[in-house]
Amino acid sequence: MISLLQDIQEAFGYLPEAALKVVSERTGRPLVDVYGVATFYKLFRFKPRGRQLLSVCLGTACHVRGSAQVAEELGKKLGVKPGETSADGEFTLETVNCLGCCAIGPVVVKEGRYHGQVTLKELGGLVKKDGSANGDGRAG
Amino acid sequence: MAKSKKLRSVADYDRARKEASAQRNAYEARISIGCTSCSASDGRALLEAFQAEVARRGLQEKVLVRLSGCHGFCAKGPLVVFVPHRICYLKVKPSDVPEIIEETALKNNVIDRLVYRDPKTGQKCQLESQIPFYKRQLRLIMDYNKRLDPRDIGSYFAIDGYEGLIKALTRMEPEDVILEVKNSGLRGRGGAGFPTGFKWEFCRKAKGSSKFIICNADEGDPGAYMDRSVMESNPHSVLEGLIIGAYAIGADEGYVYIRNEYPIAVEHIKLAIAQAYEAGLLGKDILGTGFSFDVHVERGAGAFVCGEETALIASIEGRRGEPRQRPPFPATKGLYNKPTNINNVETLANIPLILTRGGSWYSHFGTRNSKGTKIFSLVGKVRNTGLVEVAMGSTFREIIYDIGGGIQDDRPFKAVQTGGPSGGCVPAEHLDQAIDYESLSKLGTIMGSGGMIVMDDRTCMVDVARYFMSFLRNESCGKCLTCREGTQRLWEILDDICEGRGKPGHLPLMEDLAHCVKDASLCGLGQTAGNPVLSTLRYFRDEYEEHISEKRCRAGVCKPLIEYRVVAEKCVGCLLCKKACPQDAITGELKQAHVIDGERCIKCGLCYAACKSDAVEHVKSRDLCHA
Ligand SMILES: Cc1cc2nc3c(=O)[nH]c(=O)nc-3n(C[C@H](O)[C@H](O)[C@H](O)COP(=O)(O)O)c2cc1C
Ligand code: FES
Repeated sequence: MISLLQDIQEAFGYLPEAALKVVSERTGRPLVDVYGVATFYKLFRFKPRGRQLLSVCLGTACHVRGSAQVAEELGKKLGVKPGETSADGEFTLETVNCLGCCAIGPVVVKEGRYHGQVTLKELGGLVKKDGSANGDGRAG
Repeated sequence: MAKSKKLRSVADYDRARKEASAQRNAYEARISIGCTSCSASDGRALLEAFQAEVARRGLQEKVLVRLSGCHGFCAKGPLVVFVPHRICYLKVKPSDVPEIIEETALKNNVIDRLVYRDPKTGQKCQLESQIPFYKRQLRLIMDYNKRLDPRDIGSYFAIDGYEGLIKALTRMEPEDVILEVKNSGLRGRGGAGFPTGFKWEFCRKAKGSSKFIICNADEGDPGAYMDRSVMESNPHSVLEGLIIGAYAIGADEGYVYIRNEYPIAVEHIKLAIAQAYEAGLLGKDILGTGFSFDVHVERGAGAFVCGEETALIASIEGRRGEPRQRPPFPATKGLYNKPTNINNVETLANIPLILTRGGSWYSHFGTRNSKGTKIFSLVGKVRNTGLVEVAMGSTFREIIYDIGGGIQDDRPFKAVQTGGPSGGCVPAEHLDQAIDYESLSKLGTIMGSGGMIVMDDRTCMVDVARYFMSFLRNESCGKCLTCREGTQRLWEILDDICEGRGKPGHLPLMEDLAHCVKDASLCGLGQTAGNPVLSTLRYFRDEYEEHISEKRCRAGVCKPLIEYRVVAEKCVGCLLCKKACPQDAITGELKQAHVIDGERCIKCGLCYAACKSDAVEHVKSRDLCHA
C-alpha cells in the first residue's frame, strides 16, 4: 500500500484525489482508510508541488548549527511557510527531520543536490529561478 | 562489473572469491573515493573527473578508480585514499585530479596541500592511519568501507565477504549460530540494547511454519547517520547478516525497511539484493544447501514512530504506523501474525564478523555488559565531525577531544546529547564517563542508535529541550492521550520559557507532566518522551531559572530575550560583521567602531559568530527591560 502511494507520488509529484480513489477500488480498502494511511506519513503531499523542491533539514545536528533560521529566512524570501509553494509555482519549501549528512549541517537539498554548511548569505542564490546556486554544495 | 555467474556450490563461491581478488590485485594502484556525506558534497563529480583523467592518459589497465564506502571523516570530505601506499587526501576538488594522477599515481609523490595537518602539532599526516581522528578508533565495521565498492558484489567477495554465511550454512546448525551470537555478547544497536542471540532464540522457538526477519533501516534519530553509512558503504554485510539471521531463526522471507530520505542507501541495498540473487546467495536452495530465503525492500514514508517494532510491522502491512500493545511480542506474533524478528542495520553488520572470527573473539572488545564496538555519529559543535567507531567503554572525552579534535573554534564544551529524541544531555562533569548501555542510563540518557551531538556555550539547553519536544509532538502517532497531549503541552511550556513568558511554577509542572507521559504511554516513543526535559532539568536547571526569572538566555539563542550590540571599545573596525550581515543592518567604516541598527536586525547572530575580537555581544532585549 505504502509503496503504491510512493509510486503515485513519484509519477504526479503529489497524491491526486482521483488516484486515491483508484487505489481504494483496486485494493478493496475504503477510501477513508487509504486517506488515513496517506495522511499519517509525512512524505505524502496532497497538493501539486512547485517545479523545484527545497528541503531544509531540521535534524538535531543542523538545529544546533542554526537550521531553524535557515528555514525561516528561506520562507521569508519565498513568501511561504514550510509545506507551501511559492506564488509563481517555482519552489516548494519543505522541512525534513534529518538527511543523514549531519556532519556538514546545516543542510538544504535543492532538487536532489545537497548544499552543506549553508549560510544565511547564500540563501538568495538558492532561490534564484534558473537553478544553479552560488553555494557549490561542498562541505566548506 | 562483470555479471556474476550463479554460484551453485561452495566450490563455486571459492572460485568466484579467488577470481575477484586476483582481478583486484592486477591493478598497480587503486584510488577510492569516500561516498556518504561526500556524495552530498559532490563525490560523484570527483569520480567522473578521476575516470576521465585516467582514460585520457590511457591508464585504465593500471589504475582502478572507484567510489568506495564512507571513510567517516565527513568534515573533510570528499576523501581520497590510494592503495597500496595508503596516502589519504582530504577535501579533494575535481580541479586537483590531474595533479594527483601525475604526481601521486604515476610518480609516487605526495601533494602536501591535500594531506591532513594536525591543528595542534602542525604535523602533516600522509597516511590515513596517522591521522588522530582514525588513530584512536577501533574500526571493526567501518574499516571495510574504504576497501570495497558498494555497487560491486565482487569487491565484497575479494575481502572474503559471505564467508560467515557459508560457514553457517555448511558447518553449523541454526542453534550453533545462535550460540555463537550469544557468546559474542552482541546487543541490539537500534536503541534498547537487547541481547541479539536471545532475541533470535525466542523467535527460533516460536511456533509457526513460516517466519519473517526484518532489517530496521528506518534510522529516525535526527542527527545520526551510522545506518545510512553502513547501508550505503557495505550493503552486502547487512544482507549477509540478515541471511544468517534468517537461517538461525528459520525465516524464509525477509524485509529491509529503509528510510525514504536516504536515496543512495535505497539504491545500494536494492542493487546488493539483485546481485545476491544473481549470485545464488538469495532465493531457492542457496549454494545447494537446501536453505531458501527471499528479501524485499520496503521504503518508509517519513514517520519516526515507524522505527518502533510494532509500528514498523503495521507500516509494512500497509496500515497507519501506530504501535500496539506488547505482548504478544513480534517474536511470537509479528508481521502478518507470523513470528518475526527485527534487527537494526548495525546489529546485522556485526554478524558476519562474529561468525567468521568467533563469538569469543568479539567479546574481547568492550565492557563487561556491552561488547564489541559502537559507531557514533559525532556532530554538532565539534571540530572533526563524522562517523566514529570505538570499543564500548570509551569515554566521552576520548571521542570528543582525542578523535573529534575538541570543540569548534576552541569554545567551551557545554553538553553532549546522546540517544536522539529519547535520550538526554550529559554535562562536562561526566566527560570521563566510560560509555556503555548501563552507564548512559545512569546518567539519565540512553545509547540509542548512536547519535552524539556536541554542544558549546552558544547552545541553549532550554531551546534544545524545546527542539526535541517539537520533534516529539509532531511525531507522536496520537494513539495515547498522554503522549499526544503531553508532548504538545510540554512543548507549549518550553516555548513560553524560550519566548520570555516563563512562570515560576513551570518547572515543577513540567517535571510532573514528563513523568506522567513516561508512565502512561504505550510505546517507546512516549515512554522516553520526557527524557529531553528531565535530563536538561537535572543538569541545567539554572539555565531554565535564568530564562524564567531574569528573562535571560546566556547562550544568546532565544531571540526574544536578547539583542546584539557592538562594544565600541573592543571593535577594531574590521568590517567582518558588516560583511556577514544578511540584512545590511551594520554601519561603520574601516577602522571605525561599527553600529547595529536594531530595527533592521533579525538577530541571526552571524555578526556575533563572525567577530574575531569578541566585540559583538548579546544583551538582554531592551523591550524586556522596559516591560
Ligand atoms: C519511537 C522509536 C523509534 C525507533 N527507531 C528506530 C530506528 O530508527 N532504527 C532502529 O534500528 N531501531 C529503532 N527503534 C528500536 C526498534 O524498535 C527495535 O528495538 C530495534 O530495531 C531492534 O533491533 P536491535 O535489537 O538490533 O537493536 C525505535 C524504537 C522506538 C520506540
Ligand atoms: S541533522 Fe541535518 S542532516 Fe542530519
